[in-house]
Amino acid sequence: MFGYILQRLLAAIPVMGFVALFVFLLLRLTPGDPAAIIAGDTATPEQLEAIRDSLGLNDPFFVQFFNWIGQLLQGDFGTSILSGKPVIELIQARMEPTISLALTTIILSVVIAVPLGVIAAWKHGTLIDRFVMLLSVVGFSVPVFVIGYLMISLFSMQLNWFPVQGFRPIGDGLGPFLQRIALPTFTLTLLYIALIARITRTSMLEILGDDYIRTARAKGLPESRVLMRHALRNCSVPIITVIGIGFALIISGVVVTESVFNLPGLGRLTVDAVLARDYPVIQAVILLASLIYVVINLLIDIAYVLLDPRIRYS
Amino acid sequence: MTGQTTTVAPRETISPFAKVRDIVLSSPIVMVATALLAIIVLAAIFAPWIVPHDPVRLTPSVRLKPPNEEYWLGTDAFGRDLFSRIITGGRISLVIGVGAAIAAVAAGLLLGLLAGYIRWMDALLMRMVDGLMAIPNVLLAIAIVSLWGASLWTVLFAITIPEVPRVVRLVRSVVLSAREEPYVEAAIAAGSSTWLIMRRHLVPNTVAPLIIQGTYICASAILTEAILSFLGAGINPETPSWGNIMAEGRIYFQINPGIVLWPGLVVSVAILSINLLGDAVRDALDPRMAQRGIDR
Amino acid sequence: MSDRVLDISNLRIALNGNEDSQVVKGLNLKIEPGQTMCLVGESGSGKSLTALATMGLLPKVLSPIAGSIVLKGEDMLTATPARMRTLRATAMSMIFQEPMTALNPVARVGQQIEEVLEFHSDLSQSERRRRVLEMMEAVHLPDIEKLYKSYPHQLSGGQRQRIMIAMALIMRPQLLIADEPTTALDVTTQAQILKLIRELREEQGTAVLFITHDMGVVSEIADDVTVLKLGEVMETQSVDNLLRHPQTDYTRDLLRSVPSQVPRPARSVATDEIVLDTDKLCKTYGGGGLFFRAREVMAAQDVSLSLLKGRTLGIVGESGSGKSTVARCIMRLIDPTSGSIKVGGKDIATLSQKDLKPQRKNIQIVFQDPMRSLNPRIEVGESIIEGPLNFGVPRNKAMTRARELLELVGLPASAVDRFPHQFSGGQRQRIAIARALAMDPDVLVADEAVSALDVSVQAQVLDLLAELQARFGLGILFITHDLGVAAQICDDVVVMQYGRVVEYGPAGQVLGAPQQDYTKALIAAAPGRHWDFANFRPFAEAP
Repeated sequence: MFGYILQRLLAAIPVMGFVALFVFLLLRLTPGDPAAIIAGDTATPEQLEAIRDSLGLNDPFFVQFFNWIGQLLQGDFGTSILSGKPVIELIQARMEPTISLALTTIILSVVIAVPLGVIAAWKHGTLIDRFVMLLSVVGFSVPVFVIGYLMISLFSMQLNWFPVQGFRPIGDGLGPFLQRIALPTFTLTLLYIALIARITRTSMLEILGDDYIRTARAKGLPESRVLMRHALRNCSVPIITVIGIGFALIISGVVVTESVFNLPGLGRLTVDAVLARDYPVIQAVILLASLIYVVINLLIDIAYVLLDPRIRYS
Repeated sequence: MTGQTTTVAPRETISPFAKVRDIVLSSPIVMVATALLAIIVLAAIFAPWIVPHDPVRLTPSVRLKPPNEEYWLGTDAFGRDLFSRIITGGRISLVIGVGAAIAAVAAGLLLGLLAGYIRWMDALLMRMVDGLMAIPNVLLAIAIVSLWGASLWTVLFAITIPEVPRVVRLVRSVVLSAREEPYVEAAIAAGSSTWLIMRRHLVPNTVAPLIIQGTYICASAILTEAILSFLGAGINPETPSWGNIMAEGRIYFQINPGIVLWPGLVVSVAILSINLLGDAVRDALDPRMAQRGIDR
Repeated sequence: MSDRVLDISNLRIALNGNEDSQVVKGLNLKIEPGQTMCLVGESGSGKSLTALATMGLLPKVLSPIAGSIVLKGEDMLTATPARMRTLRATAMSMIFQEPMTALNPVARVGQQIEEVLEFHSDLSQSERRRRVLEMMEAVHLPDIEKLYKSYPHQLSGGQRQRIMIAMALIMRPQLLIADEPTTALDVTTQAQILKLIRELREEQGTAVLFITHDMGVVSEIADDVTVLKLGEVMETQSVDNLLRHPQTDYTRDLLRSVPSQVPRPARSVATDEIVLDTDKLCKTYGGGGLFFRAREVMAAQDVSLSLLKGRTLGIVGESGSGKSTVARCIMRLIDPTSGSIKVGGKDIATLSQKDLKPQRKNIQIVFQDPMRSLNPRIEVGESIIEGPLNFGVPRNKAMTRARELLELVGLPASAVDRFPHQFSGGQRQRIAIARALAMDPDVLVADEAVSALDVSVQAQVLDLLAELQARFGLGILFITHDLGVAAQICDDVVVMQYGRVVEYGPAGQVLGAPQQDYTKALIAAAPGRHWDFANFRPFAEAP
């Protein structure tokens, strides 16, 4: 068991290494002078030289890479070109709305999607099943921002239930927080519901065909017990796996949703950075998002130990 | 004794055409999806000949008009005809969708075969794939476009790259399970070369899943293109695309929501139709996969 | 009469309720208290469906369309779902073929048994636990306190089947349905489970409906036997009568196909030409790993054997004995760790893939699973000529030969342009044999090549192999878990256990007068070893 956990931990390191290498290569492989790209069109030759120096562009490739990794490990993500502040400060200031939105979305999605998937699989082939399937295809197909604008036009402009935009931290009270996070959460959650409901349904269908389900029925257990105790427990591994993988999807969705609802989070920071070509910020956000993704998936790998005795005792 | 088992089922063949027909006719929903998709695709292909107005000509006198007899869906902030722009905008989306699907499948097939068949490549490639999958696709695409400039090729590249890892994983898993099959071992025992085994016994197994995955990638690429344009990291706004029509309409949303919602509707219908077709193809080609749910 | 446990009359089960696609056609079956009724038939006979229908567990696509299944005076086909749930485990129970998958992998086995009491009794938690432990003891599980808390994957196959039996019998039902409960088990485990079922039946007075395809098992456990063929009852008789005086041709053919446990008379050695020879062949798995040294597993250890031209050498053993590992090493599908493999005098154990290729044609293999041994996407003719084409035979010549070979294995030459799914399991095995022969090999490795086939088809394929051997002078290395099959066709036999050779010698000696304890135990465990099925009498009564 500890071997397994250690093995997962060690496996996460090369993954992060490759992420860093991608991000690094992206800038270095850019056609033209990276310094010019970073500095923008109006830079003077002296500014360019200064940037080249600070990026170490005059060093050999691998020296550059490892110096850069060294800086990252010390928490130095560079300086924003747009604001001149350290990137890490900018990110810290924008964390809360993003984390709030991601958490509310995941919680709401799981609460809705897992029962939907279970019912769809149990009532396989019926209208309920088809409805859940259709809902999940729609969830995959309609762009997040289209849903966002539909929500705004319905709930904010027509019904006036929620404010159109903005964010209040949870520290200001649960009421104002929920009132403003509600629409972005509903917007983002559809995609995630689609993902989780679908995987729940397919794994349930597969498991309901397994021999031990037949055994449970042969024991004369009520159907609710068969579904919950025997089928759903065995489904938990694929479900939490897809929650982990779907986290990358959530981050992409958060960027868009924040933009639609004008939430001052990391997504907005990124979009503003893109428009200003503030590459150090983009780079730091990618690294951070990937790190969170890797850590979450690592935690999920470790959670398998609790969920599956076959891993626990190997 | 050996003469007993001579009754053999007759040879049967199904033409690819009949197969496509069966898939399309498999359910009313798929028929509707196919019809809608056909309309959108044909309109996009023939856009230059059928648009009622020039999609890029600025007519300041008719800014932000509501739908009327001349401008069916109204006009945008520059007085351009929204209907014509939506029809024309489909061209970019479809090129990106099809292009990304082909490119991602080709790259994924090659890398997946290498990973599935050559052991030392496997460890390296799979770590790379894990790394790429850890980067949220929209962030990666934004970064590429913001660095390399917003040409069609850059956008296509930026959208294709994040799709490749899943294809690699799919091909690899198909290859890994197929190479355990006794018929592959029989081919090894018959002295067949690695190349022949791949071409004859392994690659054909990947065709059905790749067609299905390709359809999903097509849908997902159109979606990502719309998001990129919407965030201002897409194709140059002079060329209309569904995403940048909506991006330009954002600030006028409270005045004329149609500028965002009409292209939004079209892009949603297009992606939905492609996904529904993908599901129908999957159900037809591989009933087992329909049970399992392909990785999408 | 009223205390009859089970009375099935005129049961008809059909696909999608369609009259024309009946899979069980008017079945009648009666079981008295304490009686063991064997339901025997080949695949597709409807024997498992009958059992599932009794339990009310038929898959949705199948439904009973006529008849009745009366259990203690109550018709199962008209009972409500709630009533059925009450009756399951209390009045009737079922155990299944695959003990590996029949238990929930994420729940402790003790709790899985206890769950039955939870829903079917008012016992307190501590009483339930006590009852479960008692029952676990009754099925002779060791170390029950510890096993109670174990998960299924920590148990052996035999232990899991004992857990299933404990679960089935803890409420003392009047009827136990056992659907091929020992088919997935090794022969020694099978013998123990059969003994346990007999013992519990006597203790509890349970009636048993025992489903099997294996006549040996029938002779061990049955009081009475019902023979099924394609959903219809052929005959019902007491076991002794059935084995001695079968009434129908079908039953007679079935019995004639059962391989006898007594080795066939030895054939004279016509040649001393060695076609295959291994010396101290070893295969070790694991041991690698960058950070953690995986535990080494010796899958095969110092295996030395040799095979003469035109002779058949059998490797017998239970699962995990290493017999398939040896076959795969010899084929170089996996690389041996050490030792030599000489095919036609040339050592191929360490050849590179490039140097190995020319040697491949001398040795060919037929696999176990007929569904997977042919590429489903290409015509069988293409599969057969793939090897010859690799060795430079012109295409039309190879195809002509493929047609000849198909006829030789009992299929029409026109089969070359059909796809594998158009053939039955036995036919596909014939095609796989034709594919192997297309290379004109000296050695044919048959890795459990008849194990997945029904017994009548199995007999035909074995006859075919013998015929081809005589014709081409093939040396056959025959890997099997079935001592009867080995006795029927082998000249020499290797017995393997835990990767090692336990006993090696002429078949008559190894199987007829074994020296080693393990071989003796294997033979003693083989079901039906006292019966000479093909001659409708016990061996003891042979003239």
